[in-house]
Amino acid sequence: MTVPMSRGEAGFLGRFEAERASLPGAPGPRAAAAEAFRALGLPGASSGRRAEAWKYTSLRALAEAGFAGSLSVAETDMAMVPRLAATRLVFVDGRFRADLSDPAPGIFGSARAPEFGPLAQPARDPLVALNTMLAEDGAAIEVADGDDAGVVQIAHLASAAAGQAIACHPRHLIRLGAGARLVLLETMSGTGRYLHNPVSEILLGPDAALSHLRLQEEADDAFHLATLYAELAARARYEAFTLNLGARLARTEIHARLAGPDGFVALNAAQLLGGAQHADMTTVVRHDAPRGASRQTVRSVLSGRARGVFQGRIEVARGAQKTDGYQRSQALLLSDAAEIDTKPELEIFADDVKCSHGATVGALDPEQLFYLRSRGVPEAPARAMLVRAFLDESLDAVTHKAARAALDAAIARAWEREAA
Amino acid sequence: MPAVAETLETVESLARSGYKFGFETTIDMDVAPKGLTEDTIRLISARKGEPAWLLDWRFAAFAAWRKMEEPRWARVHHTPIDYQDIHYYAAPKAKAGPASLDEVDPELLATYEKLGIPLKERAILAGVQGANVAVDAVFDSVSVATTFRATLAKSGVIFCPISEAVREHPDLVRQYLGTVVPVADNFFSALNSAVFTDGSFVYIPPGVRCPMELSTYFRINARNTGQFERTLIIADAGAQVSYLEGCTAPQRDENQLHAAVVELIALDDAKIKYSTVQNWYPGDAEGRGGIYNFVTKRGLCRGARSRISWTQVETGSAITWKYPSCVLEGDGSVGEFYSVAMTNHMQQADTGTKMIHIGRDTRSTIVSKGISAGKSDNTYRGLVRIGPRASGARNHTQCDSLLIGDRCGAHTVPYIESRNPSAKVEHEATTSKISEDQMFYCRARGLSQEDAVGLIVNGFCKEVLKELPMEFAVEAQKLLAVSLEGSVG
Repeated sequence: MTVPMSRGEAGFLGRFEAERASLPGAPGPRAAAAEAFRALGLPGASSGRRAEAWKYTSLRALAEAGFAGSLSVAETDMAMVPRLAATRLVFVDGRFRADLSDPAPGIFGSARAPEFGPLAQPARDPLVALNTMLAEDGAAIEVADGDDAGVVQIAHLASAAAGQAIACHPRHLIRLGAGARLVLLETMSGTGRYLHNPVSEILLGPDAALSHLRLQEEADDAFHLATLYAELAARARYEAFTLNLGARLARTEIHARLAGPDGFVALNAAQLLGGAQHADMTTVVRHDAPRGASRQTVRSVLSGRARGVFQGRIEVARGAQKTDGYQRSQALLLSDAAEIDTKPELEIFADDVKCSHGATVGALDPEQLFYLRSRGVPEAPARAMLVRAFLDESLDAVTHKAARAALDAAIARAWEREAA
Repeated sequence: MPAVAETLETVESLARSGYKFGFETTIDMDVAPKGLTEDTIRLISARKGEPAWLLDWRFAAFAAWRKMEEPRWARVHHTPIDYQDIHYYAAPKAKAGPASLDEVDPELLATYEKLGIPLKERAILAGVQGANVAVDAVFDSVSVATTFRATLAKSGVIFCPISEAVREHPDLVRQYLGTVVPVADNFFSALNSAVFTDGSFVYIPPGVRCPMELSTYFRINARNTGQFERTLIIADAGAQVSYLEGCTAPQRDENQLHAAVVELIALDDAKIKYSTVQNWYPGDAEGRGGIYNFVTKRGLCRGARSRISWTQVETGSAITWKYPSCVLEGDGSVGEFYSVAMTNHMQQADTGTKMIHIGRDTRSTIVSKGISAGKSDNTYRGLVRIGPRASGARNHTQCDSLLIGDRCGAHTVPYIESRNPSAKVEHEATTSKISEDQMFYCRARGLSQEDAVGLIVNGFCKEVLKELPMEFAVEAQKLLAVSLEGSVG
């Protein structure tokens, strides 16, 4: 059955046809990705484009929009990019800007061809197919065996001019050798109307440890669709924290695989949404080896007509005995029109495991509110205080001080904007 | 005396006293040719002496079904079903069963022995020819039937085969049939609507508390009603009924596909409790044979403060695809789902519930216990949806999985959708195995390995088993132990 092409789908494919000769790197993977994108399309673009993995998030609005090339004509406003680390890679509209960056040995902004790693699955994930087809640039970070690379910031800035709509598809590859360490801070922000569709592949060697903080503050009119793949060798640790605040439509999809024994994965997130925002946090943790542990806490606060989605799956393969998996999702609905959709899944094929998940949905506790009110705290600050306390519990996973301060400040900004 | 025991005794005594009339019953040998066309439906409708509106209703379902595709989202795998290779109308007992108990599979008899089923009963369950007919005849005999009917009729309760209800109470059937599960609800319900041959009909008048627990076990012609059963239960305002479905011993059934539909309707302040113990033939240890059980069960709490409670113990069938659900429309209505699903060998179960909260202050509770052993796969799949009007709605869900052995799978797929800030939804799920400590404790006290597993599994399921009517609970406990045989050690 052929599904009619939407304007957006046709636009992306058209751009690929027009630019394929000049796109950097080997043409093979791009052609294959284009075929996959033609077949998969944008989930929700039409009735023929429905997929279970996209049950709660439709890309119809994206499919109906048209996006031009990736280069903006607007001025770059670096004031929007917080400086969080000495080593900083800045991407503007998906392209590395050496003039704005401070790289370090092994940490490249890579103006070279984007590197397609072994983890991404363009044949299965439509947005990864789109990224592979059109990727032009991306960070390449390599930390050698035993090295501690300290803190690295990757800043994404999109700046579409009025009346312009741009799309960028950066492709990042992060490799940590045996015993290597890195704290990676990603900030994403911008102005105007754009699509930011990054794909990151993260490979962690034995005993490697990556702490990955992601602050998503995209523009009100932006689409943010990020896909991350992480693969962990024995005893490696991957700790990710995502804060979703911006974009009209955001989806963060993380696939983490514990390929070696005794690995540890934490995929924590917080979302604070209002207006007509839609944010989707989708994660798959796959335990393929024994004695792995995974932890997840996802907290969402929704006001206005916002819609929050959390889909989290823990997969335990046969033979991944002594796996310890835990997942918790909690949502606060602050208004009548807000909505939360949660789907925590367990898929277990080994018997000697400990896996659990919990999900709760509710409003602010009236008793807590009453307590604060009875002590003279006015309604609005009391509510703000409770919401902050709710989010703080998930933020406590972030131990890096500068990063925590940046996240706190971002939440305060978002809450003020919400209240205004 | 519990009603079940009473019946058994009646049956036994009748059999002892040499009740022979049954043998003269003319066996209806009607079998429709294989395949499903409008003619098949016309034939079924004609055999049942149905009015034109019902035939039209069936045709509408058939037209919808033809446009539908078999659902593929459940975590079950099977060879494709050829819907044109099925007899859609075969009168009961058309097939010759074994002539005596000696010809029955000894493995099956051993199972009955363990369940403590009386000899006579074993013969019936195994499908021994004479016994079958005799007991059916006993059930059919005017005396037994009228005993129950008289008691029920005195309180105004209608309890009869649905085909009879279509003739005797057409207004009631027409008013409610298909209102909870519309004909085109899903692939299997559409198929059922087109070709259903029989099932139960229950109507409890306003304010009446049904004087006995109703059961397909009692009902005339309840057995082998075929693959496409249709049950409709209506509890009018303030009425109460408890309905038991199923049998607790494995039945040899040649049918491969079962696609039943059950609709429950509770009006203001009404209560319906629906309990199932399902132990259809699960296939052998290698996964050959067994029933495909694709069932649509849904209850509508239409009235304020109404309550519908589903309790199920699912141990049989090669494939179970079943989601007994509650639509909580009336303000203050309550939905409950208590489930034990056990799979062993090559069985696959994908089962759970949907709680759709529409009215204010609606409440629902879900307790699901999944046990997987052997090479089986066991999935809980559930939906809790809180609509924008459902202020003050509450849901609590508890899903626990127990894995026995390292070749099986246990999966939990809950969907939680909330669109009302004052609603409160809580979901918890755990997966574990029987701990070495628990086993050691039991073994040290002299229990065999199998008994210890049985005991621990029963403890794991306790929250659900206590919801079952007493007679069922006892048999369900034994059943769990029997179903686990060969899964440990």
